[in-house]
Amino acid sequence: MSAGRPKAAALIRTAAPPVLLVVVVLISLVIGKYNVSARDIAAVIGAKLSGMPSGLPPTVETVIWNVRLPRVACGLFVGASLAAAGTVYQGLFRNPLVSPDILGVSAGASLGAVLGIFLSLPVLAIQGLAFAGGLAAVGLVYMIGAAVRGHDPILVLVLAGVAIGALLGASISLLKVLADPYNQLPAITFWLLGSLASVTRGDFLSVLPAMIVGLIPMVLLRWRVNLMTLDDQEARALGIETTRMRIILIAAATLMTAAAVSISGIIGWIGLLVPHVARVLVGPNFSRLLPASLLLGGGYLVAVDTLARSMAEIEVPLGILTAAIGAPFFIWLLMTTRRGWQ
Amino acid sequence: MNRRGFLIALGLMLQALLFSPQMAGAETRAFVDAAGRKVEIPDNVHRVLAAGPPASVLLYALAPDKMVGWVREPSADEKAFIAAPYHDLPAYGRLTGKGNTANIEMVLKMKPDLIIDVGTVDATYVSLADRVQQQTGIPYILIDGSFAKTPDSLRTLGDLLGVKDKGEELAGYADATLKRVDAVAAAVPADKRPRVYYGRGPKGLETGLAGSINMEVLGAVGAANVAEAAGSGGLANVSLEQVLSWNPEVILTLDPNFQASVLHDPLWAGIAAVKQGRVYRAPTLPFGWFDSPPGVNRLIGVAWLTSVLYPDSHVDLRTETRDFYKRFYHVEVTDEQLDGLLAQSSAKP
Repeated sequence: MSAGRPKAAALIRTAAPPVLLVVVVLISLVIGKYNVSARDIAAVIGAKLSGMPSGLPPTVETVIWNVRLPRVACGLFVGASLAAAGTVYQGLFRNPLVSPDILGVSAGASLGAVLGIFLSLPVLAIQGLAFAGGLAAVGLVYMIGAAVRGHDPILVLVLAGVAIGALLGASISLLKVLADPYNQLPAITFWLLGSLASVTRGDFLSVLPAMIVGLIPMVLLRWRVNLMTLDDQEARALGIETTRMRIILIAAATLMTAAAVSISGIIGWIGLLVPHVARVLVGPNFSRLLPASLLLGGGYLVAVDTLARSMAEIEVPLGILTAAIGAPFFIWLLMTTRRGWQ
Repeated sequence: MNRRGFLIALGLMLQALLFSPQMAGAETRAFVDAAGRKVEIPDNVHRVLAAGPPASVLLYALAPDKMVGWVREPSADEKAFIAAPYHDLPAYGRLTGKGNTANIEMVLKMKPDLIIDVGTVDATYVSLADRVQQQTGIPYILIDGSFAKTPDSLRTLGDLLGVKDKGEELAGYADATLKRVDAVAAAVPADKRPRVYYGRGPKGLETGLAGSINMEVLGAVGAANVAEAAGSGGLANVSLEQVLSWNPEVILTLDPNFQASVLHDPLWAGIAAVKQGRVYRAPTLPFGWFDSPPGVNRLIGVAWLTSVLYPDSHVDLRTETRDFYKRFYHVEVTDEQLDGLLAQSSAKP
């Protein structure tokens, strides 16, 4: 009897993320500015999958198939990617305060996108520059980390990330000062606040491969990530090549983060907050933590994005909402939970 | 020098800096600006500094010889439409508004007799004006830049700068333009007003809400801004779903990339404006026709917008453009330049 209870509780904890996710996605699909019924949505999805005409007006089809579904899907994958990257970074750096932007990936992506807007490039080029900027920034940080000897390698990485992040932030500010205040500056500001308002199916399909490629090593190496939370020497004693592992995992997490922010702009707090919630639910074992983080991150961003697009007629930038909800929740979590992250 | 002596000397220097302009200027007169601030202004103004881009355009139109420089250095494309001696004036940055980039010492080095700012008149701008005036000792006046007040601001500043005739000429032009467009708009029944969406930003999903200074020209030509349904304020992001449900008849933009893509974008294909090919790009050289900056440059935008919204209104845009550029920008526009300027300003099939 008494042994059944914790088991049931653990089951609920494990089942909560997927159930929440499904509920959130269903709610999100039927809420929107353009009035379409749940039946229309089912009809359009069914028709597209079977290749038959749905018999609905083309605009309704566009809204469902080209606007709302890609937006929910993007929310799902962007949230999942940021949360997964956060989980990996927190494990790798043995620090619960680490988030995906710690190595400068967000700052690099921001600089890339801001440069694209500043040069009035087409949207695809702006996204491409954001992606490249994110990867380049982390690459630079890693090179600095590899060049510095005689210090704790993890500490060096974090400090190099802070320094490069600050430098990139200054460059963004410089471009903002130089930008045309009537056209480019508002566009830059909106981009830096993050939004899924303008994502398309093309955007989704173009970043999906990068996200999956990033996820594969995390899944394959899930057992060894646990060992990476040990001291480098202990991990090596257990036969883990820490340096190579770190490079692979950082590259994977960076790829996912850069892909996410290249289409959504900067969305903070997900990568920091969600791994904590997941840890409270399923514990620190990475092979259970990763799926929980993915599901919770995706569900959380879809929920916040639904709020962002239904609160007012205008779009409330996601970065504002994730911080406004995330920061107080994070503090509450710190005050009420006792489970450590290890 | 002991410390006390040093402080006294410093105090004297400061005093000299703060009060010398008024003492040196021979004759002054009192002027009450748009905010009700009483400012002492020299009778003969020779050098004027514009605090922001709208003021820059107004000043350039009225008295280019009195400009001390540009807020931002004009680009090569812009320079082609700005008269030769003036396009090479130095740039000193913005003095007010978001992104204050001007250096006060640079402003002092320009030795202006007067600083003008044109645009919104509210407590923020009043306090900024007071601060700069106190710090530099240079009279600083605010002029209401709302579109309906364009003739007034041209007259006021023309009078102030001693170019009364030019001010009267341009104000008369503005009066006539506004009167003409009023007549065109009045002839359109309230329920037939064109429903317009203004798409900004790289994806065109940034727009101006009701009361936004960016949208003033729209109201002047009797068109309805579909985004007014989303409330009032400045710029905001909207979703494509929202635009689809508004289903505007006309889309305006400044961005050639967006204009080119939207006409072939299946996502936008359901919108009435796209179906009918009514996606228009406002020319932006040397100053924006629709907004950007929201200054007197928008007067030619009224003629352009009338021509695209009401094709029956018979606006001869080429002649109007030539005339406007001559009056306001002091340049003769060649046929080639006109072609380039208007190239993407109407919709393409």
